[in-house]
Amino acid sequence: MNLSGLIHLFVFPGLLFAVPAGWFFVWGEHKAVARMQQRIGPPLLQPFYDFVKLIGKRTPSRRGIEANLLRLWPVLSVLSLIGALALLPVAPAGRGFSGDSVLLVALLELPSICFILAGFTSGSIYGEIGSIREAVLSVANNVVFLLSIVTIAVTEKTFRLSDLAGLSWNPGHWIGVFGILLCIPAKLRLNPFSTSSAEQEIYSGPLTEYAGAALGLWKLAHGLEWVALTGFVAILVLPTDGLWWMYDISFVALSFIVVLLLSGIAAATARFTLQRSIEFYWRWAMILAVLAISSAIYMRYRS
Amino acid sequence: MNILKQLMHTCRKKSPSLFHLNTGSCNGCDIELVTCLSPRYDVEQLGIHLEGSPRHADILCITGPVTRNTLEAVKSVYAQVCELKAVVALGSCPASCNVFAGSPVIVGPLSKHIPVDVYVPGCPPHPDAIIRGIARAAEILATRGVPDQAKGKPQK
Repeated sequence: MNLSGLIHLFVFPGLLFAVPAGWFFVWGEHKAVARMQQRIGPPLLQPFYDFVKLIGKRTPSRRGIEANLLRLWPVLSVLSLIGALALLPVAPAGRGFSGDSVLLVALLELPSICFILAGFTSGSIYGEIGSIREAVLSVANNVVFLLSIVTIAVTEKTFRLSDLAGLSWNPGHWIGVFGILLCIPAKLRLNPFSTSSAEQEIYSGPLTEYAGAALGLWKLAHGLEWVALTGFVAILVLPTDGLWWMYDISFVALSFIVVLLLSGIAAATARFTLQRSIEFYWRWAMILAVLAISSAIYMRYRS
Repeated sequence: MNILKQLMHTCRKKSPSLFHLNTGSCNGCDIELVTCLSPRYDVEQLGIHLEGSPRHADILCITGPVTRNTLEAVKSVYAQVCELKAVVALGSCPASCNVFAGSPVIVGPLSKHIPVDVYVPGCPPHPDAIIRGIARAAEILATRGVPDQAKGKPQK
């Protein structure tokens, strides 16, 4: 692996940047929601305090394959998200490789699968219900998510991330970005699509049985998910020409603006039932996605 | 090493997660506890948050005199909260059984069954008093090491 790849993986936008950024984004979400409810909200370092505290807590001792699997899922989520972040073509950027957006989608999906498996592995009834909800929701939103990405790819005639990145005035590109934005609340389990971790009904959903360091890793993974998904939207709309450090700064700034936008939606909406959430994606968002992709394919073969 | 200990001390003090358990309360204290989360009192600025699962919690907030039916739940939930943990008894009921004292279905007070760190008396206590009690419990939690008997013992 070359130097640029290592920098992407460990420095920017990988580990060294993504972990503090994840905490910052999680804080930003909590703070924004608090301000919208006329509260003061948590201090800046709150997610960091939570993480260190959880590392220092004892965990229930378990034995056997179940215990190892329960430990494996959050680690796998964190690793796959760091891999996903390393693929984002921010400067100093390599050219990536053909089809790396497909790998990005797979790596972004892995934490969700781990989350579902964690609930089933824990054996808790609340975890299992949470996992079923997450699985159903994941099937619903992923179709729209994939169709949106394919729409952008067809419009730009490539699956290479560094070619998809950048400002484009093609309507297909923007409809695709809009479709991705529609799916992010479900992927981050934010209101109104937070049925899988609905505290009032099923405790903490799939994470009910988690404690201590493993739970801390799940929270870290959630922060990294924020960075990866908002960063993905940011690279799709930021103009790539110009100085690389300006691009990086605007990448972070735009990601944070997306965080604030999603927090606004989360604060303004109540939780949908599972049925409603699925209806939203399969009925309304799907119409948009199918229209977008069919028009993108039509435009491509006409031109 | 000292710096790490100091860091852990600060983090424990600044991030108390609560689990709320009702052991036969009239709901008065429960309403007052939830009030603490509202914009008027906003405990989130102290890092205090309610958790859905006892596994995630550090501080167990118990309201109500312990009834016969809830005794097993109290013991089980107390065991499910992982070390380090603290217990806050909210209101007069867990402290003294209040007006329910002498009833055949009441097996309280709470301290007969699990160790209690902070009492917040009142019927119901004022939200300010509850926040003060939780902040005190967080301080106790931060200064506390892992107790010896919890070290090698598997938790159920």
